[in-house]
Amino acid sequence: MSALVGTGSLVRLALRRDRLMLSVWILIFVVTAAGSAGATVGLYDTVESRIQASAAINKTPSLVALYGLIYDESSLGALSMIKLGAFGGALVAVFSILLVIRHTRAEEEAGRLELVGSTVVGRHAPLAAALAVTIAANVLLGVLTALGLIGSGLPVSGSVAFGLAWASIGVAFAGVAAIAAQVTSSARAAIGMAMAFLGVVYVLRAIGDTAGDSGPTWLRWLSPIGWGQQVRPFQGDRWWVLLIPVAFFVTTTAVAFVLVAQRDHAAGLLPDRPGPAEAGRSLSGPLGLAWRLQRGQLFGWMAGFVVLGLVFGNIATNVGSFMESPAARELIQKLGGVQGLTDAFMSTELGMMGVILSVYGIQVVLRLRSEESELRAEPVLATGVGRISWAWSHIVIALLGTTAIIAAAGLAAGLSYAAQTGNANDFGRVFVAAIVRLPAVWVLTGIAAAAFGLAPRAAVAGWAALVAFLLLGEFGPLFELPQSVMNLSPYAHVPRLPGGDFTAVPLVWLVLLAAALTTAGLVGFRRRDVPIT
Amino acid sequence: MNAPTDTAISVSGLVKTFGNTRALDGLDLTVNTGEVHGFLGPNGSGKTTTIRVLLGLLRSDSGAARLLGGDPWRDATTLHRRLAYVPGDVTLWPNLTGGEVIDMLGRMRAGLNKQRRNELLERFDLDPKKKGRAYSKGNKQKVGLVAALASDVELLILDEPTSGLDPLMEEVFQQCINEERRRGRTVLLSSHVLAEVEALCDRVTIIRLGRTAETGTLSEMRHLTRTSIAADLAGEPNGLGTLAGIHNLEVEGTRVRFEADTNQLDAVLRQLTSIGVRSLLSQPPTLEELFLRHYQDDLRNGQKQVGAAVSS
Repeated sequence: MSALVGTGSLVRLALRRDRLMLSVWILIFVVTAAGSAGATVGLYDTVESRIQASAAINKTPSLVALYGLIYDESSLGALSMIKLGAFGGALVAVFSILLVIRHTRAEEEAGRLELVGSTVVGRHAPLAAALAVTIAANVLLGVLTALGLIGSGLPVSGSVAFGLAWASIGVAFAGVAAIAAQVTSSARAAIGMAMAFLGVVYVLRAIGDTAGDSGPTWLRWLSPIGWGQQVRPFQGDRWWVLLIPVAFFVTTTAVAFVLVAQRDHAAGLLPDRPGPAEAGRSLSGPLGLAWRLQRGQLFGWMAGFVVLGLVFGNIATNVGSFMESPAARELIQKLGGVQGLTDAFMSTELGMMGVILSVYGIQVVLRLRSEESELRAEPVLATGVGRISWAWSHIVIALLGTTAIIAAAGLAAGLSYAAQTGNANDFGRVFVAAIVRLPAVWVLTGIAAAAFGLAPRAAVAGWAALVAFLLLGEFGPLFELPQSVMNLSPYAHVPRLPGGDFTAVPLVWLVLLAAALTTAGLVGFRRRDVPIT
Repeated sequence: MNAPTDTAISVSGLVKTFGNTRALDGLDLTVNTGEVHGFLGPNGSGKTTTIRVLLGLLRSDSGAARLLGGDPWRDATTLHRRLAYVPGDVTLWPNLTGGEVIDMLGRMRAGLNKQRRNELLERFDLDPKKKGRAYSKGNKQKVGLVAALASDVELLILDEPTSGLDPLMEEVFQQCINEERRRGRTVLLSSHVLAEVEALCDRVTIIRLGRTAETGTLSEMRHLTRTSIAADLAGEPNGLGTLAGIHNLEVEGTRVRFEADTNQLDAVLRQLTSIGVRSLLSQPPTLEELFLRHYQDDLRNGQKQVGAAVSS
């Protein structure tokens, strides 16, 4: 076992480095789960109301694709946790992927693992330590989530099953990330590969769940997300299903350890292809450099949003027709008929896309920060490139990139929606509804830019703001917060299109706010020391 | 003092603090146009901080700094087109090739001499087609050096540029710097490789704890130091022990070994010849001795601190 020597010290090092980040991540999961359980428990106090609501979900393919099926329509726990089972599970998977890569490939790429590796540390120790930390974090997350759910008034057995189902998804993806970390030689590429796998298996279970009894329902058994759902918490608690992700983890981890032995330090299994010996014409200024660094990510996001747009546009018209119960019909009438219901659906989904798009925008702007702290900004700023034009080169990609992505999604959603309804006007309505998301997204990129320029060590404020606005939007109505508090979120000021009234004034204010924040960031950056590491 | 046009860099009384740490504490530095100036100091003495102030990346708290006749902070971008900088730890973009980085940085300055670029690639034995993440530390350093040396600039600012280079490449580097000198370019070379500074530099500035400890030509500095002498004398070494400027005298019969202050050398030799010299070996002080003498105090203090920490 000499290959594992030093695992213990690496585990302690990882815990020392990540104690704050891990605590915050886990806390967010637990609070979100307990909060949404607590908020819905009181809403459905009769069996009839639960069956009605659950049946409505089960009959709506778009919701089933997104969240999954409810197997026991009378179960309170199943209904309250339907939104978090698969979707939250996917976020747990992201947590696991980032954690494993952070302590394996990212460390190796930065050269720090070499320093560690030259001390008394076995060949397999870094991966073993990363996995040990990740598994422990997932188990803790599962247990605390279970306790949170019990505390919110859900049955004990189902709560434990739900917590363990979440943990099992995280454990399975730790194995996936372990392999990805060996295959590629860059952390970015490794994360991309593991995320792509997550996307594929999420779609596999969506197809399996919506297939109907005669369709390929077995597809859900090919997906770690599907396994988590098939534990069926609060609806029979099938404990034996948990063995599948555990077996999957053992297998993938064994493969990863074999791969470690097959490759050189700092190298991946996929060879690095040589590139051009000379720079192309475009690589001559800060914008050319920023574009080169950011373009891959932009194309990836665009492709993902086009697919989302196509799916939402396509299923929107089905939303009304699947609600056949009298209660549902009554609800539809209240919302303004079938048209009102599909509009409300589109508006909700586009709003969600706006929030997700902010992740891209913040990430692009905060590239400035990582370029600075990893000392790649210094050589560029020591040439004729001015600070403003360097910083602006990434910010402008954030602004135009978010525009391009949401426009592509609006185009896809509008076309597929209009194709369903046969009404050409619907294309324009949906496209405009997509575009109006932009000013709020730009406020978030502006916050990131301001943090970078004025308080670079606190640049994570961009992410903190996003999480805060997201929680405000999700839980504000449930906790009946006053409107003035809810209005702190820029997303609260976006017109509810399609269907709602279009008002330009709040959008103009959001654009002005974004411009002010961005300017403050640029001015701050021009005046401060570089690099601040 | 030189006229301003002959001075590429002039810094006086520079102070820069980071929180409670005083990184620069009244630093002075003058680099004449056309010279290779060595900038010596141990790790953490303030070399990189000085360079970052000169590049307009850091803003000094007080003191004056002029670079190529301009203000390093206010005129940063116009000045930067006339200089090339190689950081001590060259970090490359993982997915850009070395060749791309060299061309891009050159274009961001005044431009690149393509013929010289290809010649330098060959001399440094660097493959420009590799991606940034695939280079070793030494090869990353070479990318930075080729990018700087192939640029059409007046001033080169090199911050410990040879860390990670093998002796063969160190030799190529020294040739290149000598060529730059012949072309009339100014070089500020921060280093702690003393042999390199001794081989290349016209003048040297030694700093410690953010202050200038010593500055001048190497021969000027040697005057302030001791020459070690070993001699076999014709008779008893009388009178040497009382002579001013003699240190660490060891006597073994007629053989003597000692160190003499360089400015007292004349009197010492006269005393030796009055006794009669059979053989004489004299060694001029190396920069290393000079350097060590400046840092002996620090070293001793450091050892004391370590000792205290161990015993406590």
